Amino acid sequence: MEGHKLEGRRIGGVILDVRDISLSFGGVKALTDISFDVREHEVRAIIGPNGAGKSSMLNCINGVYSPQKGNITFRGQTFDHMNSRQVAEMGIARTFQNLALFKGMNVVDNIMSGRNLKMKTNILQQAIRIGAAEREESEHRAVVESIIDFLEIQAWRKTPVGRLPYGLQKRVDLGRALAMEPQVLLLDEPMAGMNLEEKQDMSRFVLDVNDQFGTTIVLIEHDMGVVMDISDRVVVLDYGKKIGDGTPEEVRRNPEVISAYLGTSH
Amino acid sequence: MHGVAETMAVVGTAVHAAQSGEGLQDLTFPQLLLEHARTRPDAPALREKYLGIWQTMSWARLAEQVMALAGGLAARGVRRGDHVALIGDNRPNLYASMIATQCLGGIPVPMYQDAVAAEMVYVFRDAEIRVAVVEDQEQTDKLLEIRNQCPELATILYDDERGLRHYFQSGVESLHALVAAGRNYNQAHPGVVQRHLEAGGFHDDCAMFYTSGTTGSPKGVVHTHASLILPSRTVSRQEALGPNDEVLAYLPMAWIGQNIFSYAQWLINGFTINMPESQETVMIDMREVGPSYYFAPPRVLEALLTTVTIRMEDAAGFKRGLFRHYMEVARKVGGRILDGDRSVGLFERLQYQLGDWFIYGPLRNTLGMSRVRLAYTAGEAIGPDLFAFYRSLGINLKQLYGSTETAVWVCVQPDGQVRADTVGKPVEGVEVRVSESGEILVRSPGLLREYYRNAKATAEVKDSEGWYRTGDAGYFDQEGHLRIIDRARDVGQLADGSLFAPKYIENKLKFFPYIKEAVAFGQGRDQVCCFVNIDFEACGNWAERRNLAYAGYNDLATKAEIYALIGSCVDQTNADLARDPKLASSQICRFLILHKELDPDDDELTRTRKVRRGFIAQKYAALVEAMFAGKDSQFVETQVKFEDGRMGSVRATVAIAQAKRHGSLAGAA
Repeated sequence: MEGHKLEGRRIGGVILDVRDISLSFGGVKALTDISFDVREHEVRAIIGPNGAGKSSMLNCINGVYSPQKGNITFRGQTFDHMNSRQVAEMGIARTFQNLALFKGMNVVDNIMSGRNLKMKTNILQQAIRIGAAEREESEHRAVVESIIDFLEIQAWRKTPVGRLPYGLQKRVDLGRALAMEPQVLLLDEPMAGMNLEEKQDMSRFVLDVNDQFGTTIVLIEHDMGVVMDISDRVVVLDYGKKIGDGTPEEVRRNPEVISAYLGTSH
Repeated sequence: MHGVAETMAVVGTAVHAAQSGEGLQDLTFPQLLLEHARTRPDAPALREKYLGIWQTMSWARLAEQVMALAGGLAARGVRRGDHVALIGDNRPNLYASMIATQCLGGIPVPMYQDAVAAEMVYVFRDAEIRVAVVEDQEQTDKLLEIRNQCPELATILYDDERGLRHYFQSGVESLHALVAAGRNYNQAHPGVVQRHLEAGGFHDDCAMFYTSGTTGSPKGVVHTHASLILPSRTVSRQEALGPNDEVLAYLPMAWIGQNIFSYAQWLINGFTINMPESQETVMIDMREVGPSYYFAPPRVLEALLTTVTIRMEDAAGFKRGLFRHYMEVARKVGGRILDGDRSVGLFERLQYQLGDWFIYGPLRNTLGMSRVRLAYTAGEAIGPDLFAFYRSLGINLKQLYGSTETAVWVCVQPDGQVRADTVGKPVEGVEVRVSESGEILVRSPGLLREYYRNAKATAEVKDSEGWYRTGDAGYFDQEGHLRIIDRARDVGQLADGSLFAPKYIENKLKFFPYIKEAVAFGQGRDQVCCFVNIDFEACGNWAERRNLAYAGYNDLATKAEIYALIGSCVDQTNADLARDPKLASSQICRFLILHKELDPDDDELTRTRKVRRGFIAQKYAALVEAMFAGKDSQFVETQVKFEDGRMGSVRATVAIAQAKRHGSLAGAA
């Protein structure tokens, strides 16, 4: 993992800018005036204890929740609230904390569903599967296969996802997000519920995605070890407020972060 | 292609000249490759599944790749007699690199890809390896980690570029780049590789295999083209192997068996080898390929049987009943029908045929063995029940006997004379005799030339007349079949003088799907006790079906229900042992289920997964003593090594169970 930070990657300008986001559900303030930015090609982590508002933050970026205040700028375009289809079309993909795969479908089909937005032929052509539709399917299948190869899940191509162990389902979930060929990938606790070996594998995949495809990655995680190892910069949330922002080393030294997070749980 | 056409022309004339006489017999591996490329350029040499589709490489294309790689290796300073390490799964480029190394007169040293970095240091230093060809980032990282301990290691060449784009360390290069460099080299130095190739002699060293060794540090076994080719060719002829056979290359390249079955015999016969996508997909790929020639060490066959058993237990009642019924039929007559036994009655044949339609055929298909014409098991002794299971399905599984030092082939079971308890008759051209002390001695064209830089060890095993001491105890039965008792070292006696053959007992135990590994102790004691490793998958499945919750291996292994389950397996084993008057006193008295899986990373197993009995007895001395002292539990703390090389320790209180002993039935029978 050390080699990763050494050389080669060019971190670009700001691609995603979140300004003064506030979100509340009735009387509960989930997020209060959160601002941070994400630069192109970087691995950006959002950390915080349970209930700190990490998933809510992703949901705002991704258009699932509409914040009451603030705006989000993506590639120069500013939005008061995002629309999830539009977000997908702009090249932002995500995975879910509590997996949202199609359990009855096999791995190939699940990943293929991530290609949805890239398909040009209509349902009738696809049903008859002639000419353009057939060509299109094999092109998409080739992309899906390269993702399967990338994530090393060849052995389970035809296995219904519901029958796979949790760690592998997480990988399929990542695969489906990759199928969109996203510019920005939002990962919601990719390592949750995994054992050490699975965590190491997942970390390697995240870094490889970032390295190989230049994908910008925003990830939520509460395993501090993982976050410190793989992120370029970290935002720390606590009770819906931002209490720290910077490189892993800076965050680690931040007294507020230590008392709010590291100090209590470790 | 230019370079190859030229080469083929050159070698072609050499071969033509040779064909008139016995000369063709003496082609080296690279010369064999060019011969196939010349005579059958478009025939498939190897296939690899890539992005879900099988990609075929023809002999001509392979030859071209090999010449380019050889040029590249020459450009990187590989000279005649140099050792080149090969580390990785079965990949076309690693096979091509092996031939390329041999083109230059270099000596490939395949190594186990799952070995931890520290284990590799010994081999790198012993063989003074300067160039290593590895599969991927994982192996590259390992070598970079040990590079400062191996001053000779200058060049690391990797095949799969993933994750390696930002490695700028000196001497780390992709095979892709090497091929390009090789083409330039071949253009700038036309004929250099060809001259090396032609200068290569049949009796030159061509490969070195480090023996896993159940004791001591590994020794490099040096083989020549002749020693790998001659016996393999004889057997190919005996078994009628040919260019149309299909083989799945799925075992570690460092194992001599893999090298003989899918390298030596591949180049001799010109059949097609197929490389699976990954270790996990072997079963799926095997089904797709449908090999006609198959080989598997007993542990692979055991694992397959375990999968079948688990799936049958999960099947519906009717299917399960059908399976049980027809497996019983197969057990009675399947093996006899395969052996061509005329005494099998018409009714029984009819029943077997029905079973073939309903069960055996579909099962062979699931196992990927529908087209298997010839299958070998080797590596270590196979349990008789396991062996009979495959034969009863109509799969022509045969045993053979051999080792790294003998280039595998010593004895092979001839068709129609297959028995569970012998390893067959000596291969043509191989002499076998039993010394006065009962040790098996072998003289064969396939014997190792020497142990690398270890004249003392060589002299210990090979005498002046060329007889090799196998270290195994055995004898010939009345029909001339060799019967192996055990590793000579392992066979012992109980305190009362009765025979104690640990391997035999362990194999009986391992036939149960719930038992993955067993280690029996009893040498010089008044009774036999044993360690058991449960099969996590099979026991886990068994527990799930009984709604028995468990957290992991450790937890499952301590469950009383699992102890009862293993107890019943031990009980059946004892009942079996009781039937044999010689072995009745080796019945197991007490057993325990180990709290951790035996692992080669902890030196408890060899890389080919053989139990290192002496080491285990030492490491778990407290447990062994507790068993013999009749305690019912024992606390133990063990060091474990994680896959990344870090150390940790596991503490546990291991329960010890009593087993039921049976009265000797020998008198009654």
